[in-house]
Amino acid sequence: MSLLSRVAERSYWAARYLERAENNGRVINVYGNLLLDLPLEAGFGWHTLIDINGNQDLYANLYPTPNSLSPLRFLISDANNPSSIRAALRMVRENIRTTRDIFPSEAWRSINELYLFSKESLRGAISDRKRHEVLSRIVAGCQQINGMLAANMSHGPAYQFLRIGRNVERADMATRVVDVAAATILKASDDLVPFTNTVWMAVLRSLSAYQMYRQYVRRRIVPGDVITFVLLDDHFPRAWRYCLGQLETALRRLPRPEDALRAVARLQRQTDELDLARMDHADLHDWIDLVQLELGVVHVAVQQTWFTLEAPA
Amino acid sequence: MKVDWAKYDPGPFYDELIREPGKPRQGASALARHLADLDEGQLTERQADLERAILEMGITFTVYSEGENIDRAWPLDIIPRVIPARQWSRIRAGLEQRLIALNLFIDDLYHDQKVLADRVVPREIIESSPNFLEPCRGVRPPFGVWANICGTDLIRDSDGTVYVLEDNLRVPSGVSYMLENRIVTKQVFPELFAHNVIQSIGDYTSDLFDMLASLSPRPLDYPEVVVLTPGIYNSAYFEHAYLAQGMGVELVEGSDLVVGDDDCVYMRTIEGLERVDVIYRRINDTFLDPEAFEPESLLGVPGLMRAWRAGNVALANAPGAGVADDKVVYSFLPQIIRYYLDQAPILPNVPTWLCSDERDREHVIAHLDELVVKPANESGGYGMLIGPQATRKACREFADLIRTDPRNYIAQPLIALSTVPSLVEGGIEPRHVDLRPFVLQGERMAVTAGGLTRVALRKGSFVVNSSQGGGSKDTWIVGREQ
Repeated sequence: MSLLSRVAERSYWAARYLERAENNGRVINVYGNLLLDLPLEAGFGWHTLIDINGNQDLYANLYPTPNSLSPLRFLISDANNPSSIRAALRMVRENIRTTRDIFPSEAWRSINELYLFSKESLRGAISDRKRHEVLSRIVAGCQQINGMLAANMSHGPAYQFLRIGRNVERADMATRVVDVAAATILKASDDLVPFTNTVWMAVLRSLSAYQMYRQYVRRRIVPGDVITFVLLDDHFPRAWRYCLGQLETALRRLPRPEDALRAVARLQRQTDELDLARMDHADLHDWIDLVQLELGVVHVAVQQTWFTLEAPA
Repeated sequence: MKVDWAKYDPGPFYDELIREPGKPRQGASALARHLADLDEGQLTERQADLERAILEMGITFTVYSEGENIDRAWPLDIIPRVIPARQWSRIRAGLEQRLIALNLFIDDLYHDQKVLADRVVPREIIESSPNFLEPCRGVRPPFGVWANICGTDLIRDSDGTVYVLEDNLRVPSGVSYMLENRIVTKQVFPELFAHNVIQSIGDYTSDLFDMLASLSPRPLDYPEVVVLTPGIYNSAYFEHAYLAQGMGVELVEGSDLVVGDDDCVYMRTIEGLERVDVIYRRINDTFLDPEAFEPESLLGVPGLMRAWRAGNVALANAPGAGVADDKVVYSFLPQIIRYYLDQAPILPNVPTWLCSDERDREHVIAHLDELVVKPANESGGYGMLIGPQATRKACREFADLIRTDPRNYIAQPLIALSTVPSLVEGGIEPRHVDLRPFVLQGERMAVTAGGLTRVALRKGSFVVNSSQGGGSKDTWIVGREQ
């Protein structure tokens, strides 16, 4: 069966939104814990998460007079924020609904169940008491869908587009988490200093990376090690470099991948040449800005090669 | 409290399961016995399981209401409708006979028009039909078949006679719900299937694919078949996706297809453009090709008619097949069957008055309070008058409508639709049903074992359309055919 360009595009976006919902669920849970560990004066708050997603402007527009629950509402249940968990799951559902003929029917069933669950329970997840349980179920639900797709769907072209979408989103997330943590600690008051390690542990946990980090880096948490692990590890699935490798393998299985591969190769070179020892926070921030733009180039190449086919020659 | 069939009274109507209080019909006794062993609480619980399964499986239909499209869970009643196999053999023969005659008729209309020359059907009826499409004249679709997929609506009167109410030859829908109804009913009521010989319906998507593949203009082992949908906002989108998935073919939208300078149809894939051989189109005729029909249509594919006329792609159903899906043409079906097949019709039509005929029209207007009046060219139960249940004012308004546009109206007696026991608040009560079997014709013919039973869930109502409060039931052909 041939893969329609439109279907390829929707698979790609389904995977991106699925990954986004999972990432956000996990990050919010981790920060919920972190906030309980930090002194109020540290100036750390839910706003940090809005910064991670790069959504400060949209938030300010939607909540001109925010209250204490506004950030969580924005991140979790606000349908007007395309990155909120609720909106992301709706987009997964819409993308799979409109291409459901190519997915295993259990996948549609699972995403539909997860969406219905999110509709019922996400509003409640804004409260501190319920949040952990609801978000854990969302994260588990996303992982179940990914697992089912990996196990039940042929790893042909449609699956490669899912992989590309998932890894673009993961790669993006890894850089954002590092960028925001570094910037926050840089800007924070002295009160935060004793808690620096707690913050970096949270960075790891928000990428599900804490345990793997401890196994690979066998000493206490050091900021430089965390950044190295999150950006440069070869084996951890949410590490930036690993995601680039996944992108490369997925692209190689598609017809005419040259343009997209070139963009990924450029990112891989920039990653190989990254010399963290010689960089301060400002350099790191500039580097992350640069590679995020380059990741955008990969996205555009994928789009132009496979999604927007012009009329026949 | 147990289900007590002695207290179940279908009244003056023909009930499909219970002959008279306490007495199940042939073929339904095992089912009736089993239901009587359950108490109503258990039955309600099963119904809740079934509704949950439908929600989780995402079996939906879309209704347009208050300016937006809403996905609703598909309504299914847990008590199946039973038809004995021997009865079904006859109905199936009647359905096949009808579709064969209809296709001979359509093919004739677009070629020699012998049926008009011989005055079997009045010429002005065809000439005034919006469904007769001039661009289809002279085209020869594979096997001379224009309507490859037909959904025929059957109803049963209180004396047990099964009538054909409508032949849906344009883009009939409902078959996916028939298939899903079976899956869900099996899931919540497995023991019912262990105790009954019920004909399987699982082959439909294979039959459909084989039929479509047989239409391919290129003699290939693997012709490229696609399902063309208007998109997710169409009320039957669920079905389009379901059928594409079931057949393992691409579900395409108009923008996925393009007609080349060689008059062949291609689809845009990640490999580039790929030739398409057969299109199961679920878009109405006049939206198929903005070059040939509605220039404003964004749903269709520019040049599609050109490709079809050149014989480079097969369209199912063929454009123009809807000319026979018209309630005025319907009234001539018995004559059409005799004309082409020299056979007596196996399944009768509902008696029909044509408002275009002056004598009929006066009769209709004088008896509006006894008749059902329908527009010749609408579906979905819209725009009709059910005389016995209508106000005087509504009848007067309809009389004016009929006088203004007589060709567009027909009238029929109100058939007292048969009933099936249905689970409603407070227990089991009779509710009225119809039946839509699906008939395929390509190189060969195939008829679904049973069909989609639609049920009017409101007490006393005859309106079974899902957009207007109707539900559905699993339909069993029970026993062995002769």
